[in-house]
Amino acid sequence: MKKFLGFVKKEFYHIMRDPRTLLVLFGIPVAQLLIFGYVVTNDIKDIKIAIFDQSKDDVTLNLSNKIISSGYFILNENLNSINNIEDIFREGDVKEVIVFEPGFGQKLIKNGVAHIQLIADASDANTANLIVNYTNAIIQDYIRKENRQQKIPLQIEPEVRMIFNEGLKSVYMFVPGTMALILMLVSAMMTSISIAREKEMGTMEVLLVSPLRPAQIVIGKVIPYVVLAFINAITIILIGYFVFGMPVKGSLWLLLAENLLFISLALSLGILISTLANSQQVAMFISMFALMLPTLLLSGFIIPIENMPLILQWITYIIPPKYFIIIIKNIMIKGTGFEFVWKETLVLVGMMLMFIALSVRKFKIRLE
Amino acid sequence: MKTKFNNSIIKVEDLVKKFGNFTANDHLTFEVKEGEIFGFLGANGAGKTTAIKILCGLSVPTSGKVEVAGYDVYRQTNQIKRNIGYMSQKFSLYENLTIKENIRFFAGIYGMSRKDIRIRLEELLDRLKIENLKNELIASLPLGWKQKLAFSVAIFHKPKIVFLDEPTGGVDPITRRQFWDMIYEAANNGITVFVTTHYMDEAEYCNRVSIMVDGRIEALDRPQELKKTYHVDSMNEVFLKLARVKN
Repeated sequence: MKKFLGFVKKEFYHIMRDPRTLLVLFGIPVAQLLIFGYVVTNDIKDIKIAIFDQSKDDVTLNLSNKIISSGYFILNENLNSINNIEDIFREGDVKEVIVFEPGFGQKLIKNGVAHIQLIADASDANTANLIVNYTNAIIQDYIRKENRQQKIPLQIEPEVRMIFNEGLKSVYMFVPGTMALILMLVSAMMTSISIAREKEMGTMEVLLVSPLRPAQIVIGKVIPYVVLAFINAITIILIGYFVFGMPVKGSLWLLLAENLLFISLALSLGILISTLANSQQVAMFISMFALMLPTLLLSGFIIPIENMPLILQWITYIIPPKYFIIIIKNIMIKGTGFEFVWKETLVLVGMMLMFIALSVRKFKIRLE
Repeated sequence: MKTKFNNSIIKVEDLVKKFGNFTANDHLTFEVKEGEIFGFLGANGAGKTTAIKILCGLSVPTSGKVEVAGYDVYRQTNQIKRNIGYMSQKFSLYENLTIKENIRFFAGIYGMSRKDIRIRLEELLDRLKIENLKNELIASLPLGWKQKLAFSVAIFHKPKIVFLDEPTGGVDPITRRQFWDMIYEAANNGITVFVTTHYMDEAEYCNRVSIMVDGRIEALDRPQELKKTYHVDSMNEVFLKLARVKN
């Protein structure tokens, strides 16, 4: 144990004495978060919606059909009541609920005005905005066509409600994404580079010849990064909260635990990469292409997964940050508990165990 | 379990190591005596590194019997590791740690007590006359010093055997000479030295040398005897003769 602590201490010396490492560890995360705090736009496609039709007349049926056949939306379910709207969003993939008021068609013809309510899941602010705008455009198009046959112009007044994120803050979407990206960067990239550095410098040979066990070497290298990545995670949550007003609605402990899980997963990936790479450059490039880019592009961080070509959508299933982002959004924005994220958590645990098993195998082969 | 040859510290019998169809070590048999400087020569790819890895307990032989410091390489790698030191061409110290931190770290992973470390550290700094440099980063030292320190670190925990894998690669002749003085000193203190090198003049400094060609040991004797056997004046020529016969 004393041997092991000495090892961990040495690893901290390495990190603290290298200004570049420190910059990557602490400068980049903050910069990234601040940069990503400011927006990107996306298109929408095949968004799942639910309709609560309290009128069920010709007008509402026509309008519903028009919305569903537009190509932007898919009807997920017809609701019969709307007691707990938040649960509908929490449980399923539904991103928007459309509510027709009772007597919709009648009111439209009699009074010339009818009301429709559009409720969107704004935990993903950009998408929510787009969804509502698209729906509204379809409704207005419908009414314009109807008006050609009418003497008095008719009006449908949409009332928009954003759920989970009333202020439509895109930072709500970027904080979880940036968190995934930064933890991936710090944990996986930095560990793989620091292990590769030992190989490059020849110190790894000396460690392997020493009485330290391979597991001790690897864990000793990894522990400082667990600590630092965890500090990073907390920094991000704090900046999100104080600078961008990003809430933590769910359990903070659950949030931290999930962060720790994701950090461990990223570290096991980093170890795996380091068994493949013999130099710092190679480790860095593998990390960049195998980790950073998928985290940026395929995790749903910047581009909504629903909008990707089908084949890319399949690929997202093997991208760990995708699950992490889902978990974090659920906990921070929707305030859901473990019972809603256990599946994703399980996937992450499974992936982590797989990476560890693979690294152990690779490590043994390399020793031969 | 001690070997029956009291003074043999490394005992290798019919060592074979295969990687698929490739035989890296082909029935090696040799012994290294306690306290001697044993030169392990061979061209690149002759199988030296493979053999060293096995002797250090990093790799398991395909077949054969190997004992290092009285311990079996199949089952007692941990005891072996505790009793050996190792230094490679890369010098293997941490550049961004100071001299003192490096020594403390490596001594620590060999399980030395704080007190022992402190006493020997002072001894060492005094002997090398670098008391004033102890808090300097390794990165700031000249190559020759790094190399001397790396060697001092490799034998800091007083191992029975120290393995030196091309320890003098890339340094000037004067530094090399000084380095060999350190090797002699270690040998005088009872540490067995197992050294590989490319420099044939260094081979002359060894008590005995073995020459590996294509995974086999082609010659093993004292340098003088080898020169006599092959009717040449230098180890360089011995080496060329053996390597040429093969190719």
